[in-house]
Amino acid sequence: MKANNFFSRIGRFTLDSITRLGTATRFLSQVLMRSGTSWRRFQLVIREIYSSGVLSLIIIVASGLFVGMVLGLQGYQTLQTYGSAQSLGVLVALSLVRELGPVVAALLFASRAGSAITAEVGLMKTTEQLQAMEMMAVDPIARIVAPRFWGGVISMPLLAAIFSMTGIYGGYLIGVRLLGVDDGTFWSQMQSAVSFREDILNGVIKSAVFGFAVTVIALFEGYDAVPTAEGISRATTRTVVTSSLTILALDFILTAFMFRGA
Amino acid sequence: MPISSYDDRIPSFPDLIFNTVSVDNLIDIRNVTFAYRNHAVLQDISLSVPRGRVIAIMGGSGCGKTTLLRLIGGQLRPTQGEVSVNGQIVHQLNNHDLYQLRRKMGLLFQFGALFTDLNVFDNVAFQMREHTDLSAEMIHDLVLMKLNAVGLRGAQQLMPNELSGGMARRAALARAIALDPLLMMYDEPFTGLDPISMGVIGKLIRRLNDALGLTSILVTHDIEESLKIVDYVYFISEGRVEAQGTPDEIRISKQAFVHQFVHAEEDGPVPFHYPAPDYASDLGLKA
Ligand SMILES: Nc1ncnc2c1ncn2[C@@H]1O[C@H](COP(=O)(O)OP(=O)(O)O)[C@@H](O)[C@H]1O
Ligand SMILES: [Mg+2]
Repeated sequence: MKANNFFSRIGRFTLDSITRLGTATRFLSQVLMRSGTSWRRFQLVIREIYSSGVLSLIIIVASGLFVGMVLGLQGYQTLQTYGSAQSLGVLVALSLVRELGPVVAALLFASRAGSAITAEVGLMKTTEQLQAMEMMAVDPIARIVAPRFWGGVISMPLLAAIFSMTGIYGGYLIGVRLLGVDDGTFWSQMQSAVSFREDILNGVIKSAVFGFAVTVIALFEGYDAVPTAEGISRATTRTVVTSSLTILALDFILTAFMFRGA
Repeated sequence: MPISSYDDRIPSFPDLIFNTVSVDNLIDIRNVTFAYRNHAVLQDISLSVPRGRVIAIMGGSGCGKTTLLRLIGGQLRPTQGEVSVNGQIVHQLNNHDLYQLRRKMGLLFQFGALFTDLNVFDNVAFQMREHTDLSAEMIHDLVLMKLNAVGLRGAQQLMPNELSGGMARRAALARAIALDPLLMMYDEPFTGLDPISMGVIGKLIRRLNDALGLTSILVTHDIEESLKIVDYVYFISEGRVEAQGTPDEIRISKQAFVHQFVHAEEDGPVPFHYPAPDYASDLGLKA
């Protein structure tokens, strides 16, 4: 009896998950199909770039700086063991541009902007603003959801780039200013070792994919939230958990494809 | 041209009177049944709303009043039967035509549902900006006219969270009439308001209806306030129209259900107790 119960619960869980994934996919296709308004009235998107991008800047810059400084310290220790402390610039830049920039910035974006989007859309649903909009013959997917989606997709690569830049600066502060790595070597080695296509472009692609995923998850959770206070708080939590796991899983997949043997 | 050929086409006077019954109804709800999944809400309900009138739909909480409004607005599809608004069957319209029809409807939500990120002015201007090419000055003037009609011209710069319940309801009302709809629907406009605000909203509903030539549906369980302002009342219970009549007929009605409702009696056709097993056996006093 017990085993039966156990299996039926696994079955239920699997079916529920697949159903939810299907609903989310349909939601995404609706958003994409009704994105016309966002492009015709681009100031709607700009507003969202402001609220999810610009307002995330402080946390992105601060974290980037710290991550870069830690990389400087750790990298210097390790590299010096092999007598190649001069390559610190390369290590810092590659770690950030390929991996840490896109991933950490996306994780921060999920908890800062993603949760805010879910809460905002969920609240609009709870207070019947979305229904009111429908009754005013305005499509809430086109007017509310799609601009937020594009705002997030555009913001994310920019935030990741800013994260990497401040990170590199943090590594520079520690490596060059504090630990005495040669200034010229730090930058010139970095310049020659970091390739635009292999490293920077791939990093940008990663962060765009993460931005896409986080924003879709955040919007879907908000739009699909149970319209109560408790429902919103659950949805917000789910946004952060689901998007963080999604970012890490996608990162593995993307990395496996991008940096094979490189 | 012989006169008689005209006569064929122009209906005679008694015919006209007779026909007004259907032509002059803005809304006809015909034998509508509706259920949420397995939960039946409306059962074969029929009612109509003549143009220019204010009618009330009354009934206890959860009897399906909001559902009825959402059927009229096309947000839900009837399981059976049809809802016709201004001569169009709502659930047969495609998306585009439904949106066109909705521009002729205003719905005041139970708690106003103002857009929380826009101030009062922008809330009222919302539909004008979305649906028209009017110039900024034109919109400005129109918005002020609407706000003046509900007495909130001075509050145009306030955000929704700075408004009292009654003011929020009035701001939402100004937003709902922004594009001069044919039909106004009010979902429990009196809930949670103090008596003064209630009176204000009630009078506004009547005044706007007559001044703008609207047709209004007032969904409520507040009998006192609504009997003062409406032309006709439908009582809904268990998914059907249980009673109907003009306010005067309702006040003196001998029907048990209406009587219980009008006089706010605790027990009657609508029982005080939710269906439950025998009290004594629930307490374990009986074997
Ligand atoms: N989305 C929904 N899904 C399932 N049941 C619902 C839904 N909305 C309302 N109901 C149920 O339908 C009944 C009628 O609801 P409603 O029309 O909101 O009542 P009223 O507005 O008269 O209080 C209630 O019993 C309510 O629980
Ligand atoms: Mg209701």
